[in-house]
Amino acid sequence: MTPAFDPLAIAFLGLMIVGAIAALSVRDLMAAVVVFGAFSFFSATYFAILGAVDVAFTEAAVGAAITAVFFVTAIFRTDRGAD
Amino acid sequence: MNSGFGSPALDAASRLMTPFMLMFGAYVVVHGHDSPGGGFQGGVIIAACLILVRLVRGRAAGWVMPPETAVVLLCTGAGIFAGVGLLGPIFGGHFLDYSALPLTLAPAEVRAAGSLAVEIGVALAVTGVLELIFDVLVEARDDA
Repeated sequence: MTPAFDPLAIAFLGLMIVGAIAALSVRDLMAAVVVFGAFSFFSATYFAILGAVDVAFTEAAVGAAITAVFFVTAIFRTDRGAD
Repeated sequence: MNSGFGSPALDAASRLMTPFMLMFGAYVVVHGHDSPGGGFQGGVIIAACLILVRLVRGRAAGWVMPPETAVVLLCTGAGIFAGVGLLGPIFGGHFLDYSALPLTLAPAEVRAAGSLAVEIGVALAVTGVLELIFDVLVEARDDA
C-alpha cells in the first residue's frame, strides 16, 4: 500500500487544489466546467495512487464525463457568464 | 441540442468509439464481482456512450431513447435488484443472501450468479436514470 506522503500523491493533491481554485475563479462558466473535469481526473488519479481503484473508476466515469455533459447542457440554457 | 453538432470529424470519432465504449461497459458490468467496476460504473459508461451519440448526431441518430423507455428501463433495473434480493428471504435466507438461492452450483458460482444478476439490474437502472436526466435537461431547453 502506498503511504500517504508519496510525492506523486502530494503532487496530485496540489493539482487538485490548483484546479479547484481555478474552477472557482474562472469567469466563463464553460471554462469552469472544463477545469472542473480536470479536477475530477486529478482526484481520480489521486484515488488510484492511494489504491482505491474502484473509487477512482467511479470518479473518472461520473465526475469527469457525465457531470461535465450535464453541466454543459445546463449552461446552454443560461447566458454563460458567472455574474 | 436536437440537431447535434454534426461535424464530420466528431461524427467519425464517435462512430469509431461507440462500439468500444459499449463493449467496455458490458465488460465492466459482467466482471464487477471480481475486479474494479460493477453495475454502477458499467451503467455510467453505457449511458455516456448513448449520450455521446445523441450529442454528436442529435435526434437523427436513431438512438434516441424516449423518456418513457428510460423510465421502463430504470424500473426494470430496480425490479431486478429488488427481485433478486427478495429471493433470499423467499428461500429462507436474508435479503440479498445469494447462498440461499436454490441453484445446483458450487457456492462460489451461486454467489457470482447472484451478484451478476444484481449488477445487471443496477446497470439498467443507472443507464435509464442518466438518459432520463439528459433528456429532461434537453427538453426543458426546447420548451423555453
